[in-house]
Amino acid sequence: MAVVVIKNQCDGCEVCLDSCPYDAIEMIDGVAYINEKCTLCMACLEACPVEAIISEESETELPELEKDAYSGVWVFAEQRQGKISSVVAELLGAGRKLADAQGQKLTAVLFGHEMEPSARDLVHYGADEVIYVDDPILAQFNDGPYASVLSDLIEKRRPGIVLAGATFMGRSFIPSVASRISTGLTADCTALDIDPETGDLLQTRPAFGGNIMATIICPRHRPQMATVRHKVLTPAVRDIHHKGEVHIINGAGNGRIDEKTQVLEVVEEIMDTVNLAEADIIVSGGRGLRDSEGFKLIEELAVLLGGAVGASRSAVDSEWIPYSHQVGQTGKTVQPKLYIACGISGAVQHLAGMQSSDVIVAINKDPDAPIFDVSTYGLVGDLFQIIPQIIKSVKVQRGEV
Amino acid sequence: MNIVVCIKQVPDTTKVKINPETNTLIREGVESIINPFDHYAIEEAVRLKEAHGGTVKVMTMGPPQAETALREAVSLGADEAYLVSDRAFAGSDTWSTAYTLAAAIRNLGDTDLILCGKQAIDGDTAQVGPSLADQLDIPFVAFVRKVRTITDTELVVERVFEEGYEVVQSPLPALITVVKEINEPRLPSLKGKMKAKKCEIVMVSRSELEVEDPYLGLDGSPTRVVKIFSPDLKRAGEKLEGEPQDIAEKLVRNLRDQKLI
Ligand SMILES: Cc1cc2nc3c(=O)[nH]c(=O)nc-3n(C[C@H](O)[C@H](O)[C@H](O)COP(=O)(O)OP(=O)(O)OC[C@H]3O[C@@H](n4cnc5c(N)ncnc54)[C@H](O)[C@@H]3O)c2cc1C
Ligand SMILES: Nc1ncnc2c1ncn2[C@@H]1O[C@H](COP(=O)(O)O)[C@@H](O)[C@H]1O
Repeated sequence: MAVVVIKNQCDGCEVCLDSCPYDAIEMIDGVAYINEKCTLCMACLEACPVEAIISEESETELPELEKDAYSGVWVFAEQRQGKISSVVAELLGAGRKLADAQGQKLTAVLFGHEMEPSARDLVHYGADEVIYVDDPILAQFNDGPYASVLSDLIEKRRPGIVLAGATFMGRSFIPSVASRISTGLTADCTALDIDPETGDLLQTRPAFGGNIMATIICPRHRPQMATVRHKVLTPAVRDIHHKGEVHIINGAGNGRIDEKTQVLEVVEEIMDTVNLAEADIIVSGGRGLRDSEGFKLIEELAVLLGGAVGASRSAVDSEWIPYSHQVGQTGKTVQPKLYIACGISGAVQHLAGMQSSDVIVAINKDPDAPIFDVSTYGLVGDLFQIIPQIIKSVKVQRGEV
Repeated sequence: MNIVVCIKQVPDTTKVKINPETNTLIREGVESIINPFDHYAIEEAVRLKEAHGGTVKVMTMGPPQAETALREAVSLGADEAYLVSDRAFAGSDTWSTAYTLAAAIRNLGDTDLILCGKQAIDGDTAQVGPSLADQLDIPFVAFVRKVRTITDTELVVERVFEEGYEVVQSPLPALITVVKEINEPRLPSLKGKMKAKKCEIVMVSRSELEVEDPYLGLDGSPTRVVKIFSPDLKRAGEKLEGEPQDIAEKLVRNLRDQKLI
């Protein structure tokens, strides 16, 4: 593949120069020329008003594969300490729609030990089939055995689509599965759809810290694999009347020889508030809080609303609150139903971690703070006056005062 | 101990914007930086070398201008720098990147430990590390926040997950990807800057690698980007101005009406 300019079609307008993120286009004799910095991102193709830039397929393209041999939608049902993670209901909700769009089966795949009741329960979330692999070495997550067992299952049963949560577990072992079976993988998707014409899975995800969205396909390989961001897709509703088959496979087979790494210990750190990724409400504080005392106010509001406490990097760097609370590009990406940003200016790196929250409230004394551009409600004023009033008002409305 | 650090040069995303008319990235004034997470990988490698001896090789796959990222890594303490660059590699997705990097790392001879950043801030995929380990057929631990112990044959690390961390032991050679908590990267020293200026950058092209063309670059990449667009994030938000008590009450009423609180 190469990007080339059709010389006699180029009118020298230079629009493409600005479109190139890599500085890979030069004007030579009034005609655009693509130099060796080109990464084939194709931005210039769309930008060119006279369609003088095209992509050329080369002869080394891999042949089209037998797509029909692969069918069905699989959801990897992640569990920790024998408890199915909440992202699984979301994956099954999304998986159901994709399966129905193609008239195919939805399968949940569970790895663990002594988890048969949980395996059966996955049917109630819409799975037509559950594949449960039971082995003591699968009780706890370990990359080697998990990747090995899932790769083997995929190669034998050939699903068309495989979805997993974009969790620490999913983002750790799913890339090695995709690599092993030589197929594409799209990370951290926020929307999934089937292209009605080609039947390909359209995988949409944020890139560049959430500043752009990209839709990605995997046209020549199967299965199509994606990890999906938590809290974005609508979870399946439990229905005890939904019927499905449960296949139990005893033993991890080849997975055992892949047990190279050993998990020596699992330490759950005691969190004073709710896990940020799971929280429906997050109250976040920034430099505007002035000191660690300021966070007491944020915590009070978070506890009152049953939410978690977040922070900007400035607040973390000032050591007012631990890094585990940081939201943003180099912190956590969150998407709660309600995000309340207090004394946060709204730098792009912070926005990258929270801008897709459903409702955003900003409290800032600077009416021009960029956080207001992404806010549903912008409260202009001093947070030390406003937050106590919010707390009071919530209590009054609840009849607690 | 032979350590390899894989780094990527990325646009400084603080400045990446999209042109609303063409829906393409605007490059104007976009600087290139070392992927922030890779700074922690470089620092950790240099610390391990200082404690246990050995060499730190930095490698990047990218266009010729990625040389500046390698020189910066040398100024921070790396010993050797490798630039894997060829037009045949352009447009690689994570699978092809890992495939190509794996071939280049094999050519370096014995390697005990490979470090990658948790993820690159342009694509945010976090896939190259685990995929690379698979291509090299070595164990890996992703999201490492601490190297507890390391010997010639094994290492013990702490890996973060949603609720805390796990202590994981792995034989060497192995690959780890590191998160921000692992260390506090140093600034380049004057001596380091001098070294970086003079350091030879080893160029690695297609012809030196044992790779097959159908797996390289865009052609060899299973995934394709078919569309980019800017997310609709601006909200026609409501500004509430006035007395703290009034605006607080108004907000609470609105949030309750929407059953958010
Ligand atoms: C590579 C890189 C990665 C980064 N990653 C992240 C990240 O993950 N997360 C992150 O958050 N940042 C990140 N940053 C930092 C980011 O650029 C900003 O510096 C940071 O988000 C600013 O934090 P802040 O809004 O709390 O502070 P400031 O920008 O100082 O804003 C404080 C705000 O509080 C308001 N204020 C002050 N007093 C009051 C008051 N009494 N009442 C009401 N409002 C008040 C002010 O008007 C101001 O808007 C990153 C930067 C870089 C270069
Ligand atoms: N082109 C590349 N050259 C060298 N290392 C890379 C490259 N791309 C990614 N990496 C490494 O893989 C990590 C994860 O990148 P990514 O999968 O793109 O998010 C980065 O932090 C780097 O350590």
